[in-house]
Amino acid sequence: MVGELSGILDHVDRIGKLDLEGVEPTSHVVALENVLRADEPRPSLPREAALAPAPEPLDGAFRVPSPQADA
Amino acid sequence: MADLLELSVAAATARIASGEISADEYFAAWRGAAAGDELNAYLWQVEDGNGYEIAEGPLKGIPVAVKDIFCTEGSPTTAGSRILEGYRPPYSATAVRRLDAAGARVLGKTNMDEFAMGSSNENSAYGPVLNPWDRGRVPGGSSGGSAAAVAGGLAPCALGTDTGGSIRQPASLCGIVGLKPTYGAISRYGMIAFASSLDQCGPLTRDVTDAALLLEALQGRDPLDSTSVGIEGGIVAPSREDLKGLRFGVPGELARDSFEAGVREVFERTLAEIERLGGEIAEVALPSAEHGISAYYVLAPAEASSNLARYDGVRYGMRSESAADLLEMYETTRAEGFGPEVKRRIMLGTYALSSGYYDAYYGQAQKVRTRIAEDFADSFAKVDFVVTPTSPSVAFGLGEKTDDPLSMYLNDFFTVPMSLAGIPAISIPAGLAEPEGGGTRLPVGFQIAAPAFAEQKLLEAAYALEQAIGFDAKPGGGDG
Repeated sequence: MVGELSGILDHVDRIGKLDLEGVEPTSHVVALENVLRADEPRPSLPREAALAPAPEPLDGAFRVPSPQADA
Repeated sequence: MADLLELSVAAATARIASGEISADEYFAAWRGAAAGDELNAYLWQVEDGNGYEIAEGPLKGIPVAVKDIFCTEGSPTTAGSRILEGYRPPYSATAVRRLDAAGARVLGKTNMDEFAMGSSNENSAYGPVLNPWDRGRVPGGSSGGSAAAVAGGLAPCALGTDTGGSIRQPASLCGIVGLKPTYGAISRYGMIAFASSLDQCGPLTRDVTDAALLLEALQGRDPLDSTSVGIEGGIVAPSREDLKGLRFGVPGELARDSFEAGVREVFERTLAEIERLGGEIAEVALPSAEHGISAYYVLAPAEASSNLARYDGVRYGMRSESAADLLEMYETTRAEGFGPEVKRRIMLGTYALSSGYYDAYYGQAQKVRTRIAEDFADSFAKVDFVVTPTSPSVAFGLGEKTDDPLSMYLNDFFTVPMSLAGIPAISIPAGLAEPEGGGTRLPVGFQIAAPAFAEQKLLEAAYALEQAIGFDAKPGGGDG
């Protein structure tokens, strides 16, 4: 994979040599404005539904291994 | 039964609406066809379509093959990845809900390159999809299952996604119509994110009219996706018969770009067809387009590296069983769950975003993106459309490019610039060509790009050209 990544980076490096001084970067093509909505409570995904796909749901939460191996 | 499967979506909806055929009968016929999938196009198929509540709408009773990147409530959704094996989303994507509301039904979920990263469908964790024209060849990607399903007679129409060509290129390689709408035309809510500034959803269909029908059902503003704006005025069935008064720009750079002789021949024949219909061919310049691949393979992996951080074995999908602690669980889940191409792009993306390299890669790529968008803006000041071949080659052999990721990436050469500019583009089948090295004649796609939100105009031109070309070849059949 090291060789593959180097090959890709060599190709990508071509744009490093372009003179793009003063060109504005584009992060997004649609001109977006911030839109606000009323801050009102709305129904959301029920807790059980959100937890259902988890590998190890437990007591209404996501269970994970201990952060410390010997804890 | 065979007759039902020959109908276009538009013709089927008309017969269902008039009562000539029933929605259940039509759905059952397609379920039977899909069950005979020998192309590995489907990852999951609906078990029983009957007894399902069908909404009254313009797509009443129409089965849709949905790329497995769209969340479908209660049905498996893997995005072609081991890391989402067994995941059944608690909600459906807006695109799927809109199809439902129009009366359509999900027929199955289609195979794809893992997280939509690929141009051959060989990066799926669930095995490659075979091209119905030649089973030793790829269907293209990443929406390879969707394209193969439509071309192979396993679905009347399909939903796909396109980040750098993932609808148009497989449509081209499979001889069907694929439309990437303007960025913002269709909601991406519930569509698993790859590169958020580029991802867009769109239809893969047997003809342009069906693409218009699906686009109208799909497009619109969605409060759940702040980037969705919809298409003002909506979309109607195209009916244009000529191309009089329309100017088609051919990038001058095409003269020195390398692509297969057969593709060039079909492309030039199609330009002659445009002129015969009264359209005018003009040369335009897209000087920055040649850097599109470089910019794309910085921007898309950078965004992907961030988007894919969420797959950590905590909230959904698989979790590695072997980990002793939390950090090891994250690491082994990702090491076991992601395939090589996804890992490659995550590494490229994090590298491009790392401090010290950010300006040289990510910043520079964003500026190239500006230049490419400007190239298109300059072109559209002179012409109505920009046209290119969709793909530099016809469908290539399975395994042919898997050892060389860069040559795989270069397959997106003609489709990536439109994605970076966020503009709509369609691929329509324009003819057949013999692959380099010989073999069965295979479909060649013709790409037409238009200014942002000019989908109606794009569909009208594509329709007129489609009628004139009269492409009616079928996989396994003669040239027709």
